[in-house]
This record gives sequence, structure tokens and C-alpha cells, in this order.
Amino acid sequence: MKKLSIISLALIVSVLLACSPAFSDSLAPFKSEKGLLKISGGTAHIPVMKEAAQQIMMANPEIQISIAGGGSGVGIKQVGEGLVDIGNSGRKATDEEIGRHQLKLYQWAIDGVAPVVNPQNKVKELSQSQLMDIFSGKLNNWKQLGGADRNINIYTRDEASGTRAVFWKKGLKKGPISSGAHVVVSNGAMKSAIAQDPYGIGYVSVGHIDEMVAPVALDGVVPTIQTVQDGTYKVARGLYSNTKGEPTGLTKKFIDFLYTDEGKKIIEKRGFIPAQ
Amino acid sequence: MKRYRELIAERAFLLSALTSSAITVAILAFMVFMGLPLLKQGGLYQLLFKPWAPFQGSFGIYPMIIGTGAISLLSLLFAFPLSLGCSFLIGSIAPQSVSKWFRRLIELMTGIPTVIYGFVGVFLLVPIVRELFGSGSGLCILTAALVLGIMITPTMTLFFCDSFDRIPKAYLDAADALGASPVQKLLYVILPAAKHGMINGVILSLGRAVGDTLIALMLAGNSVRVAESVLEPARTLTAHIALVIAADYESPEFRSIFACGVVLYLFTMAVTFLVRYLTFSKDQTV
Repeated sequence: MKKLSIISLALIVSVLLACSPAFSDSLAPFKSEKGLLKISGGTAHIPVMKEAAQQIMMANPEIQISIAGGGSGVGIKQVGEGLVDIGNSGRKATDEEIGRHQLKLYQWAIDGVAPVVNPQNKVKELSQSQLMDIFSGKLNNWKQLGGADRNINIYTRDEASGTRAVFWKKGLKKGPISSGAHVVVSNGAMKSAIAQDPYGIGYVSVGHIDEMVAPVALDGVVPTIQTVQDGTYKVARGLYSNTKGEPTGLTKKFIDFLYTDEGKKIIEKRGFIPAQ
Repeated sequence: MKRYRELIAERAFLLSALTSSAITVAILAFMVFMGLPLLKQGGLYQLLFKPWAPFQGSFGIYPMIIGTGAISLLSLLFAFPLSLGCSFLIGSIAPQSVSKWFRRLIELMTGIPTVIYGFVGVFLLVPIVRELFGSGSGLCILTAALVLGIMITPTMTLFFCDSFDRIPKAYLDAADALGASPVQKLLYVILPAAKHGMINGVILSLGRAVGDTLIALMLAGNSVRVAESVLEPARTLTAHIALVIAADYESPEFRSIFACGVVLYLFTMAVTFLVRYLTFSKDQTV
């Protein structure tokens, strides 16, 4: 068995192009670097990580960056154990975690977490109390909300998910999530589950919303990049990259890159709001 | 010189046998050790019979044990008649040339990674189950059991075929001499004589169904409530481990998955011993 198939969740991006284009200003610091940078954790971060890695590796083929998912819990755990250089999390690491692993936190973007339904679903607007009733199982038929006469299938994330943590805290005001809810393992899996199920409701990072799923307006506010940015949509969170201790070398340069103009462009393109 | 070499080879084999068996025992010891703090805190009873609600401090794996049992037994129910039919066809009904090809095909099927079954299930079977029964999401016990049943069918079929092949030719010749039709031969000669081998096949396939992670993770819906019907989602022990492994190392959630590991381990061990026992008792009687 090749190593690749063992880490089936891992998304190894390796673009090895012989010709390197001219270095832009943001990419200049990577000129003299080489080696392997390992990143894992939050699944909301992956699109940004992938594109940043691609640009860096195109500019300097000597650098290899591997990106794995796993969720916020995995990100914090693996960086704390020294298994990866950067551990991403979609929630702020707890004081206990910061203390135990001597974590350094870098918040590089703001992201909303939006309830989503299948595009075929007629229900595209809910009040927060309706949302809470749906997730607790009190409201269990779409008919009660003006939709089809079918049971509501609730989808949620595993307990270590940062997306779940934020949605539960701000979207559901820490209300209960029905034990009958389906559990999926990543933002991507949530999206395909909802895209497949016309009677499902779940939640994903705003950056992941595309034509596959339809966002649900919450108390009249449609979750979009604009509404998250101007603060009218409240269910939002920071996206963090964590390192064990002060980052050095390639790790530091990678994190710095996320704050450059080029980095901010990628963050915006992927549907997040770059941190100021 | 030759004896010397033999001695070295013997010792090397002994060493590898010792190592692999020591690792097996060490894994169990490790899981028990890691799960111990939780067992001390809440006791085995709480772990085995309480629901899973980590935010309320309840870390029971009872729903997962039920989920595993329901899905794997139901898959056995689907796989058994299928395998029986396949093995009859290969073993006696079909002409030699057809059965040879069929067997090759089934051998090939045992090698398909389970993730592919899961993937195909998500896109083909889930919408059908959802619309056919008009309730739920289609991610449910039934879907997972169907796909799991298809997954274990090749294994079970091959076991059945093997035990058919082991029947002494004299028995078959005797049946032929008495003028038995192929079906009569099957029912009155082959089946009774192959019984032990078939039971082994069923038990080992059950072990495979219980141990599989991806199909249940992708198709069973992973909810933590004990399902009331086969159309409701459920979570298996293996899927549970896969879902909780992301939790913080120090948390009781994480500790509890070692208990899941112990339960799975003991189950697999029980299956192995059962197979041993059955094979042994067969050897005694023949």
C-alpha cells in the first residue's frame, strides 16, 4: 500500500512545475526557502489553504505543502503534538488548549456559518426560534413551515467541529440538537449531503455556499459575505491558524502570506472576509 | 551446516510469531488502560447502557452497540440468501465454464475497497430508499445494511464454495448413482455435509460486517439516537470511533472510544474463538 492511500482523508497538493513564474511581492519571501510544510485541521480553511499552497509551490517548486482536513479538533490536537506545522481551527482554541500546547493563534479571516437547505426546498427563510425548534426536533415537518409534507432531516457535524461550535453557540443560542440528527464529518460532506437530500437542513461555512445548496435567511438576513462583513448576519466566527510556540522559517512565511495583499485576495475569492 | 540454518530459520519464525501475538495482546492492554479512567468514573454500566450526550456528561455507547448489531445482522440477512444462490450456481448448477468465470468475478469483488461501495450507495441507493419509502433521508439502517450485505456476499460465497468443494467425491457419486437430481443432491447431500464450513463463512462475514467503518459512516446517517425502524439513521461503533477521534485527547469523549475499541475487540475475539471451536468440533466428528 502506498502511503497516499493510508491517509485517505488527506488532500495532498503537490504541484511540481519546472518553470517558475516571476515572484510577486507577496511571494518574494519564499524565494530562498525549501522543504515540507504540513497543515491540517478545520475543513472550512481548506479552499484558502489549497490555493495559497498552490501559488507558493508554483513560485518555488522546492517547497512542498501538504494539506489535510480532520476538523478543528484535529487541527489543534495535531499541531499541539508536533505532527503538523500549522493546525487550523474554526474556533478560538480554549485557554486550556493554548496553555497545554503553548499555541500561538493567528486569526486571518472572518467567516459566517449559515443554515442551508436543498435548492429545491421552498423554505428559504426562518426565524431564529424556528431554527432552534427545527434542530431540537420540535418542528419536524416542512409543511409546518410552508414546504412539502415531508419530515425534516437534520444534519449536524461531529462534536469536535468548529463550525458546529459556532452554529450551536450563536445560531441556536446553545439550544439542544436532536439526537436523531444525521452527523457528517466535514463542510464538504455537509454540502453534498444537503445537495442530495431535498428535505434536509444543515449548516456550512458561508465560504462553502454555491449553487449546490441554498442559504436560509435568518430573521430576514441572508447570510452572504456582505452581511457577515457588515455585521448584520450574526452567526460568524474567526478562522484561525495555530502554531506550537512562535512560528519560524517556512511556517512563519506561510502565515505572513495570508496577511499580504495576495493572501487577502485568495481569502476574499474563497468567500471569507480577510482580518484587518 | 544445514541444521544450523534450520535452527536460525526456526528461531526467526518463533520470534515473528511471538512479536505478532504480543502486539495483539498489547493492543488490548493499551485500550483497556486508556479507557480505564472513564470506567472508574462512571462504571461499565453507564458506558454500556447510557445514551451519548457529551455536553450533558453522558458518554454511553449503548446506541452504537445497538446500531452495529442491527446493521450487521440485517446485512447478514441480505447476504445469506444471495451467497447461497451464488454458491449453488457455481458449485453445482452451472456448467463448468460458466461457474469458473463466475468464481473469478466473485474473487475480484472481494477486493473492491469498501469506500467504493459506500460511494456508489450514496449516489444510487440513498435517493431510491428515500423516495421509495417516502420518509427520512435515505441515510438509514436499511441502506447501510443493503450495501454492507452486497459487500460481504463475495466473501461468504467463496466460503460456501470452498466448503462445497471439500465434500468427498464419493458422496456425490453415491447420490448420482441413486439417480438424484442436481437439486436433490444439493439439498440432501451437499448442504448437510457442508454445514460446518458454511457456518464458519457466515460468522467470518459477520465479523467483516461489524468491522467495516466506511459504509456505515457514509450511509447509516450516524445519529446517536437508538433507531425505532430500519428507515431511521443509526451509528455503528466503528463509525463512532471515526467521528470522535477528532476530539481533544484529554476529554472523556476521547476516552470513551477506547471502550468502543475494547467492545469491538472482544467481539472479534469471540467470533474467532467461535470459528475455532466449530472447526475443532467438526474435526472431531469426521
